[in-house]
Amino acid sequence: MSKDVLVINERVQGENPDLTFELIGKAKEIAGILGGSVGVVVIGDLSGTEAFGAADRIYTVEHDALTSGYSSQVWEEAVLAVVESVQPKLILFGTGTIGIDLAGSIAKRVGGPIASYVIDLAVEGDDVVATSQLYGGKLLAESVLEGDTVVASVIAGSFPSEAGKSGGSPEVVSVSAPSSLGSLSLIPGSVKEPDKTGVDITTSDLLVSVGRGVGSQANIEMLQELADAFKVPLSASRPVIDQGWLPKPHQVGKSGKKVKPKVYLAFGISGAPEHLEGMRSSEMIIACNTDPKAPIFEVAHYGTTLDLFDLVPEILEKLEA
Amino acid sequence: MKVRRIEKGGALKIVVGMRQLADLVEELEVADSGVDIDRDFVKFVSNEWDEAALEEALLIKEAVGGEVVVIALDEPDVDQTLYSAIAKGADRAVKIVGVEEGWTPTRLRAQLLSKWLKSEGDWDAFLTGVQAADDLDGQLAGLIGATLGVPHAAVVSKAEPEGSSLRITQELGGGTLSESVATGKVVLGIQAGRQAPRYAPITRIRQAMSTSTIETFDAQEIDLGPGPKVRKIYPPQSKGQATMLDGDPVEVAEKIVELIRAKGLVR
Repeated sequence: MSKDVLVINERVQGENPDLTFELIGKAKEIAGILGGSVGVVVIGDLSGTEAFGAADRIYTVEHDALTSGYSSQVWEEAVLAVVESVQPKLILFGTGTIGIDLAGSIAKRVGGPIASYVIDLAVEGDDVVATSQLYGGKLLAESVLEGDTVVASVIAGSFPSEAGKSGGSPEVVSVSAPSSLGSLSLIPGSVKEPDKTGVDITTSDLLVSVGRGVGSQANIEMLQELADAFKVPLSASRPVIDQGWLPKPHQVGKSGKKVKPKVYLAFGISGAPEHLEGMRSSEMIIACNTDPKAPIFEVAHYGTTLDLFDLVPEILEKLEA
Repeated sequence: MKVRRIEKGGALKIVVGMRQLADLVEELEVADSGVDIDRDFVKFVSNEWDEAALEEALLIKEAVGGEVVVIALDEPDVDQTLYSAIAKGADRAVKIVGVEEGWTPTRLRAQLLSKWLKSEGDWDAFLTGVQAADDLDGQLAGLIGATLGVPHAAVVSKAEPEGSSLRITQELGGGTLSESVATGKVVLGIQAGRQAPRYAPITRIRQAMSTSTIETFDAQEIDLGPGPKVRKIYPPQSKGQATMLDGDPVEVAEKIVELIRAKGLVR
């Protein structure tokens, strides 16, 4: 078993995600303590690997099944081939779709432990210690990962990405494609770029954003009125979209849009990690939530625990005055 | 092992894995053990993503016919969740009994459900919620897929029948969608159904309670395998970043408008 750290680059197409660089930065720190090296696994689109100069090695797998689209089965077999070849001490995934798809199944298949929702990692002797968010960030869990190969899936924004961006010229290692890629039952199809029609919440300097706390579709009208008064789009967190109260282009967060307005007004949003990922870099965040312990107040600059139904009409009144 | 239907005619047998979870609306306290939440005074509710999985399964059944079976471990108030699933249109409900109370590791959940799935045999797809707020040791769909050697996909927003296959849409983040086609058995972690979960009126739930029976399946010996050894659970230290705006709604509204005005975003 090696003391290497393997980072999975979660990119199917488009730019390399910032998260990969966060993971490379942390991987370098951990590999430094363990006395191992850092490898980045690049599957599918092999362009842009020069960005991974901070790593020691880049592992690629080439196969016809990997040339277009995404299937977790294809990726799992390819990642596993690299893992079996490198036998790393630690495998780092993000908590994006690919991480949720593969981190658990890879851990299961290599017979190692996994920690999900990781926000910090440390080394103690031969073991990796992970700090994870549970219950939507309401609690943290510290756990020890023992074994020859252990896996962590890390929440975006947990580590600075700069440390993973330094220059260098890593060796590129091509790992043979496993024969399992010849017999697939989850066949990759097309990848569709985001729907550009509908509202664009990414360009507004001010966003009025609404979460589960609004309670019902009917109540959204009041927030829409507020957004209209500011002449800005109404955005929302995932539960509002999943309930069908607002269409998908309005969604802020991991599975929606990343926004960075000058002011982000959050009403009835608790601040799940997936939502924070999409809005935490806003210049000023003002949050209204009746739960004083809501995680949104950890990132907000200003907050109030007033009921949004009491507060919003007063803001409207001020604007009309 | 049951005999697989020969004339399928597109009808699919979908199993939906559901579970109970501490209601996140509630205050969660750490138990005296320091490695779990205090479960005594917590309300347990159905995992919301599992409800999305149930909705997607019901939509598949409505499109091509077949059967929807819901299955859950015996957890606080789980009967309510299972009967409500029947009221919404599920055909059968199964409860895995004999599981130790407390925080069930996801890999134990995965192995117990896999035992049942193996014994049942003739299912086409297993759908469950993409995640649960306490699944520290991995997400259920991937673990079941790896346990059974069946392909799996997570963060699924659509699973549409196409002949005897399922066309699966996954969200890759930032609004990018990826499609793949499952030509055989598949395990799916559902992020959101094609429509919001339907509502089961209380009368229908009561009717389900009086007319249907929840089947039981005994939990079997499991070799749990390695997992994270939890040392402690604790509330995050509040960085207390937010400056709280004091006052009544009129005063707070004024302060908020002032803050926005200072950024030049309102006259």
